[in-house]
Formats: sequence, C-alpha cells, structure tokens
Amino acid sequence: MTGLSVRLHQERPIPLDAEFACLPGELLALVGPSGSGKTTILRSIAGLYRPESGRIAIDGAPWFDSKTGIAIAAHRRHAGLVFQSYALFPHMTAVENVMAALDHLPAQDRRRRAGEFLDLVHLSGLENRRPDALSGGQQQRVAVARALARDPQVLLLDEPFSAVDRATKQRLYREIALLRQSLKMPVILVTHDLEEAMVLADRMCVLHRGRTLQAGTPAEVTTRPVSPEVARLVDLRNLFDGAVAEHRAVDGKTVIDWMGMRIEAALQTAFAPGKAIAWVVPDGFVVLHRRDRPSRGDQENPVAGRIDSLAVVGQTAQITLRIADDDVHPLHFSVPAHVARRNGLVVGGKATVSLLAEGIHLMASVPGDGR
Amino acid sequence: MDWEALSLSLRLGLFTILVLLPVGIAVGRWLAFHDFPGKSAIEATAALPLVLPPTVLGYYLLVAFGAASPIGQLWHSAFDRPLVFTFEGLLLASIIFNVPFAVQPIQRGFEAIPREVREAAICCGMTPWKALRTVEIPIAWPGILTGLVLSFSHTLGEFGIVLMVGGSIPTETRTIAIAIYDRVQAFDDRGAATMSALLLGFSLVSIALTFAFSRRIGRRLDRS
Repeated sequence: MTGLSVRLHQERPIPLDAEFACLPGELLALVGPSGSGKTTILRSIAGLYRPESGRIAIDGAPWFDSKTGIAIAAHRRHAGLVFQSYALFPHMTAVENVMAALDHLPAQDRRRRAGEFLDLVHLSGLENRRPDALSGGQQQRVAVARALARDPQVLLLDEPFSAVDRATKQRLYREIALLRQSLKMPVILVTHDLEEAMVLADRMCVLHRGRTLQAGTPAEVTTRPVSPEVARLVDLRNLFDGAVAEHRAVDGKTVIDWMGMRIEAALQTAFAPGKAIAWVVPDGFVVLHRRDRPSRGDQENPVAGRIDSLAVVGQTAQITLRIADDDVHPLHFSVPAHVARRNGLVVGGKATVSLLAEGIHLMASVPGDGR
Repeated sequence: MDWEALSLSLRLGLFTILVLLPVGIAVGRWLAFHDFPGKSAIEATAALPLVLPPTVLGYYLLVAFGAASPIGQLWHSAFDRPLVFTFEGLLLASIIFNVPFAVQPIQRGFEAIPREVREAAICCGMTPWKALRTVEIPIAWPGILTGLVLSFSHTLGEFGIVLMVGGSIPTETRTIAIAIYDRVQAFDDRGAATMSALLLGFSLVSIALTFAFSRRIGRRLDRS
C-alpha cells in the first residue's frame, strides 16, 4: 500500500469519522464548511493532534495506530505542513526559515539546499529578507519551500490561499499546479473553497461534521453527489424531491415524476419505480430556450416558469426561475449577460428552460430531510 | 560609599537572576502554553509577593528558614551553617520574592508566540529542546530580558525582606539598601546621598530598558 491512508474516529471534543487515502503524486482536497473537522484531520496527520482512535499510515508504515499504541512524535514524522497563517519564524530570514527544516542534511549543505528550494518557488534574490519585509504571496512561497525542505513523505496545505488577494491567488494556483507535477508525495489540501478544489485537486473528499461523505474526482462529486447532503455541500442548488416513474431500457431513460411533470434522466436503475428519490441538476445542465435561436434540444425536459430574480455578475446573469407554487424552491441557472438582454429576460417575465437528461442525477431521498 | 554593600547587592542580584532565568522560562512557558484547572490559582500564588507587605513575607521566610524549621534544620545538617542571617538564606529569599517579577514578563513573552509558529518548528523536525532554543526564546527574548532586569533591580532595592531574613551583617547580608538606611541612622548624609543617587540612576536605566523591551514583545509578529 503506497501513499497515505487515514482512518480516524472519535466522539469528543471534535467529532471525527473520517476515512480516505491519497496516492503518491496525487492532490486530494478535503472540502467542507468551517468546523467540519478538516484542519483537525490535517493536524492529526502531522502529529500535532492526537485523535482518540484510528490509523494513519504512510507507504504502509503507521504514524499513528490506536490499536497497537503507535504514535510517532510530530517532529519525527516527515510531514511538510503549510499553515494557514504561514507561521514563518519572524526572527529568521527567508533562507534561514527554509534551513530550519533541513536538519537532516549536513550543516555545510543546508544553505545551498535552502537556496534551491527558494529557487523552486521563484524567490531567488529575496533570501535575506525577513518575513515582515515580504508580501503575503511571498510569505506563502517561503512556507511552501520550508515544507518541501523537510523532505516530506506527505505535503499538507491548510487553506494556504485564504489570506492572499484574488489576483495573487490565481497566480499561486498556477504555480502550485506547475510545482506539483514534480512532487512525488501525496498532497492534502484543506479548503472550504470549492473552486479551489476544482482547480487544483485530482480528487476531492467532502467532509461534514468530521465525517467523510464522498470522495471522487471534482467532476464526479460536483455532478454526481451520493446524497442530498453532499449536493448541498458542493453548492448544487437545483436539488428537488421526486419519485421514479419508470425505467425505459429502450431509449436508456429513467423517468421522474416531478410536480406532475415527467422529467427524463439518463438510465439509473438503482431506484425501483414508485420510490421517492431526490434529484439534482447542476446549473450547467439547465439550458435557456432562446427566442432568437430555437433548437431541437428545446424538446428535452422543457420547464416553464416566472423569473424570480436576475443578478448580473460580471459577464454572467444568474437567474432563478420559479416553476410552480412557492413551496418548491426555484431553479437556478445562468446565461451570458448579453443572452439575458437579447432575450428580454426581466424579473417577473416568463422563461422556458430545458433540463438536460445527461445532467440529471438521482439519489436516495432522506426521510425527514427538511428540504 | 559602602563598596562592600554595593558588591554584595550586585552579587545577590546576579545569583538571583541566574537561578530565576531557567526557573522563569520553565514556569512562564508552562503557564503561557497550557490551560488547566487551577491555573489562575497558581498565577495568583506566584503574583502574591507583589502585594504582600515585604515585612510580612520576610517574617514568614524568617520562620520558614529558622533553626527550628524543617528547612532550616535540613540546611544546617547539610552545610553545617544556619540559613537565616547568611548570604545563602538571603539569596533564597530573594529568589522567592522575585518570582512574579521574573515569571510574569517571561510568560507574556512566550504568550506572544502564535501556536502555529511553535507547531511549525515541530513540523520542521525540531526536537522540543531545539525549538525552544532556536524559535521560542529568540521570539520571547524581550519578555525574558524584562523579567531579568526587573528581578535584578528589585533585588538591589529590596529592604524589608532583606532586613527580616538577613539582618545587616557587613559582607554577609548588608545590601546597599540596608547600607543607605545605616548611613542615615549614623547621620552620614553624604554617604546616603551618594548611594541613593547611584540606585536612582540604576533604576532609571532599568525601567527605560524594561519599557523598551516590552514594546518589542510581539512587535515583529504584528508586522509580519
């Protein structure tokens, strides 16, 4: 078993029920709202927090195992951790900060090696600056260089982009994406930012109240959530209740009964006809019927409604469409702002959309779920 | 000018801070980084010498160190000399009444180190001992120096406790503060004035240093 495997369980003080693995070279994002336990999990891997029970192993060798009582001290684990606040040593220069993690090398090699790590994160020339003379983005790079200098068996990133401005963040995303192509160890990124996970992660793992709910590629998790809970956590707003009407093997469709309408989805036979289910359709699979350009696709699950709200954000118009009564929450979708203008979309006006069958995903309905 | 008294005071101050440096770092660091039931009670006890009248503290120390007390007897059997009215007894008393002056600023100094910075040291592979030497003490040093300066100058000036525990034995327990009192009693105004001016000057310097250091506590961290 190569890579990192983590299984943690405890009731108090922070409930944890987490299980996931990360392969060498893979970047796994732990995604969840504040207080979902993701930082505690990261700290457990680094050895800064001792959970009640479970097992943390790297390449098969345990760092923590409550059954056998193994708990390697944090300073003996080769875990590179980039803290949310970067936590640079304020009294040391950039190069000294990196050298501080190079104790495993002979003294005379440390400065040269630290310089190489600063090179790797594009900080050559700033070696002798103290952290207080570096920008936020530069401090973050020193923190990354210091974490890599530890020769880590696993690299842990704790919301490393939360303290930098948007433009810097985009640049750092690109740099991390480039940098990690050369990294051979598992990389765990903790974030509450879905977009960040989508941009950077190979796989993501959704967490809520310390529980790992679903792991998969960002595309899988954000379009095929395993439960309504995950759907909400990954911000899928078009989440509805319905019932399976029938499965049609002929054309590969499952038909959903929804507010008297028959909605066709791709065949998903896991749910028996008649069974109550929850279903989602991601924004991207809701397509506006355009007056200026009617198309054949318009026949696919047409749904008409009244525009409830229309907000133009940059080049995009975010629209909610009220289908029927006020009990069912509206359908969310977005179109380019110019399309909204040309089609005369206004609040209170009528509009028709198609729900693309391939985007419709069925889930077990949770009884008593207050949706 | 009583040079013997001055030298005795300097020696007493020096030995006091030599002992209080490791003790203050251990206790101050512990109080800064740990939360536990009864912490406030310990902090209050450590601060007690700040508010206790010196003669009261001196009285209890005199009783505790006296030939009839277990501590006094133990000391006597070990070193074959009494603890009260000796330099060693005075040093022990000095260490005790300086605990708050050393511990509190050192505690503030360690409290200024963010938890993540301490954890970063561990994640860099540093042993706790190395993290203390290379990360914690270099960041907490303004607090540590403040504690030492305060303890040293307080030792030079303490009167009540010194008189109770040490008396006024030349070269053994007569400190400069006691010597000033003796000079006044002997109507030697010049001697008293010279020594008082010396202590005044010294106190001014140490309080200036203390203020300068306390402004530095955590300052580098605020800027970064």
